[in-house]
Amino acid sequence: MDIATHVFSALYQFGDAFAFLVLSACGLAVIFGMMGVINLAHGEFIMCGAYVTAATVHAGLPLPLGILAGTLVSALVGVVVELAVIRHLYDRPLDTIVATWGLSLIATQGTLIMVGSTMAGVGTPFGSFQVGDYSYSIYRIVLFCAALGVLAALYALFNWTRFGVLARATIQVPHMAAALGVDTRLIYSLTFACGAGLAGLAGGLYAPTMTLVPTMGATFIMEAFVTVVIGGADVFLGTAPAGGVLAVVKSVMTSWQGQLFGQIGLLVAVIIVVRVLPKGISGFVLRERT
Amino acid sequence: MSKSVLRGLRAAALTGTLVLGSPLGSQLALAAENPIKLGVLEDQSGDFAAATIGKVHAIQLAAEEINKAGGIMGRPLELVTYDTQSDNTRYQEFMRRVLQRDKVDVVFAGFSSASREAYRPIVDQFNGFAFYNNQYEGGVCDGHMIVTGAVPEQQFSTLIPYMMEKYGKNVYTLAADYNFGQISAEWVRKIVKENGGKMAGEEFIPLGVSQFSQSIQNIQKAKPDFVVTLLVGTAQASYYEQAASANVNLPMASSVNVGQGYEHKRFKPPSLKDMYVTTNYIEEIDSPKSKAFYAKFKAKFPSEPYVNQEAENSYLAVYLYKQMVERAKSTKREEIRKVIALGDVCMDAPEGKVCIDPKSQHMSHTIYLAKVGADHSISFPKVWEDIKPYWLGEAGCDLTKKDPMAQYTPSNPPPKP
Repeated sequence: MDIATHVFSALYQFGDAFAFLVLSACGLAVIFGMMGVINLAHGEFIMCGAYVTAATVHAGLPLPLGILAGTLVSALVGVVVELAVIRHLYDRPLDTIVATWGLSLIATQGTLIMVGSTMAGVGTPFGSFQVGDYSYSIYRIVLFCAALGVLAALYALFNWTRFGVLARATIQVPHMAAALGVDTRLIYSLTFACGAGLAGLAGGLYAPTMTLVPTMGATFIMEAFVTVVIGGADVFLGTAPAGGVLAVVKSVMTSWQGQLFGQIGLLVAVIIVVRVLPKGISGFVLRERT
Repeated sequence: MSKSVLRGLRAAALTGTLVLGSPLGSQLALAAENPIKLGVLEDQSGDFAAATIGKVHAIQLAAEEINKAGGIMGRPLELVTYDTQSDNTRYQEFMRRVLQRDKVDVVFAGFSSASREAYRPIVDQFNGFAFYNNQYEGGVCDGHMIVTGAVPEQQFSTLIPYMMEKYGKNVYTLAADYNFGQISAEWVRKIVKENGGKMAGEEFIPLGVSQFSQSIQNIQKAKPDFVVTLLVGTAQASYYEQAASANVNLPMASSVNVGQGYEHKRFKPPSLKDMYVTTNYIEEIDSPKSKAFYAKFKAKFPSEPYVNQEAENSYLAVYLYKQMVERAKSTKREEIRKVIALGDVCMDAPEGKVCIDPKSQHMSHTIYLAKVGADHSISFPKVWEDIKPYWLGEAGCDLTKKDPMAQYTPSNPPPKP
């Protein structure tokens, strides 16, 4: 086996881990990293996106439209949740833990009761390709590209658009933004919906590759929180480098010693980063710039 | 939609304590008698729910049939059901509750081996009587337990030599990282060695892991002739889809898939192509008894996604219990064990004839080799009849003489007398 094969396989494993970390974490980066709402129902927004995607694909829609539907429905659910629950708890961050945990239990059990214990999968599109001795799934490359696309879109949204400026202003100094005529309630709702929609997108993208069960959100939540905690408050400057660092740790440890050590490596990396950089990677980068 | 919601609400109501009433006529006749209480601790939510809701339904079906036919020795069978939520600590909590507060006569409990080992000391401590109606890694030598599920000498001693003969002698094991996966992998290793093969590799996956890119690559690197998949829980089942999309294209052998989690129904073909499973029951088995059982099950639970191996084990366990109580004329464990010691506690189950082995209190089974085709249809290339759970007895466990209340493995056999 030549060196190119090894390099490609290492890159592929890195890209795969990166995509999973970034896509799981993006929605949470907006809701937890930016807005400060500790959203324990994040996994259930992902599950919602996956279920809607699978249901629309079973109904005959092509997969990309299904993923879009999953994203939009999750965003809508996000609006409802924000209006009904989260809105009243912005000053009480610890209470959001209890509220969102309750929501997640209701969502998991509600799905089990209404839809049943499992849902038929939709099958992974695109097939595979061969490099050296190994064959790889093409869809995994699509996921990696999607992760890069989501990061680019988030950067553009929060830095170059009017909504992005208003959202950042509202979250940093809400009363000043309100005094300047910004409808802060609307901005909060839209930002929360954006985070929920991103979670739905992650669910939709991973729906073809996973078992669809009510508890599927739980398999994303550890990676999501780890990435956001390491990343810090800035969605783009935090999530992207955090995803990169953790993907290296995870793919190297997993290929060296197996899945268990991949997970141990992730958690050790978090402990070290939180100890050294209490405000996360983005806090470190932004302080350097000013 | 509204119909399925209603059904859902009914299922929700069932997750609490449940008293299964028999039809009015026989209920009145039996009301004077004290009911026989059967505790049901199974996972109706959480990671294992997909494979285990059918067990609860099977027990409900058997209890309803028995109560319609007059109960056990004229006493109605009453179910005391709790949802253990795929959580080991819930098993301990509810096991104490059914034994101490509800004072049940017998408990049917457990899916994962971790949960069985969590509750087994409590059954021993409070002198209870429990049925474990699940296939597992074998070796439990405990007079307080009856195991109706299949064990490695029934599932692997048949499956692994068949696969090695058909596909080759290089074997890779991918197993869940807890007692079930570790001990099952030990069995695979032992049987592969005995048959002159070699292990191309082994990997243990923590429960709840759903991403397998690296494991898939490790398997491709080791170039095995087939892969033994001992993956447990719905998260780990994502492996099949991911391996298929990476075109791994190796035959697979398993003691847990298809027969428990009906992966061939849940995933889009052909991700489980060339999966071989040894199971003592699945709904595709084409015998008159199997068809009759399946029809009864579907009549009572029309929305049941699949009637699996553990549903059949649970169903026949209720009838075995009825037979033993009626022969012992008592629900006391010691009286029942005297009946078991006679060695002729047998019944015609949906899978075929089954008997309880007095030495280990495990059960003989008909083992079906199920092969999943490219379109996910099931065929049965081979059937082994009356395979006995011989290992514990041969290794030195004899519950008719001594009750060590322990679990043994090939590397940790019972102490020699």
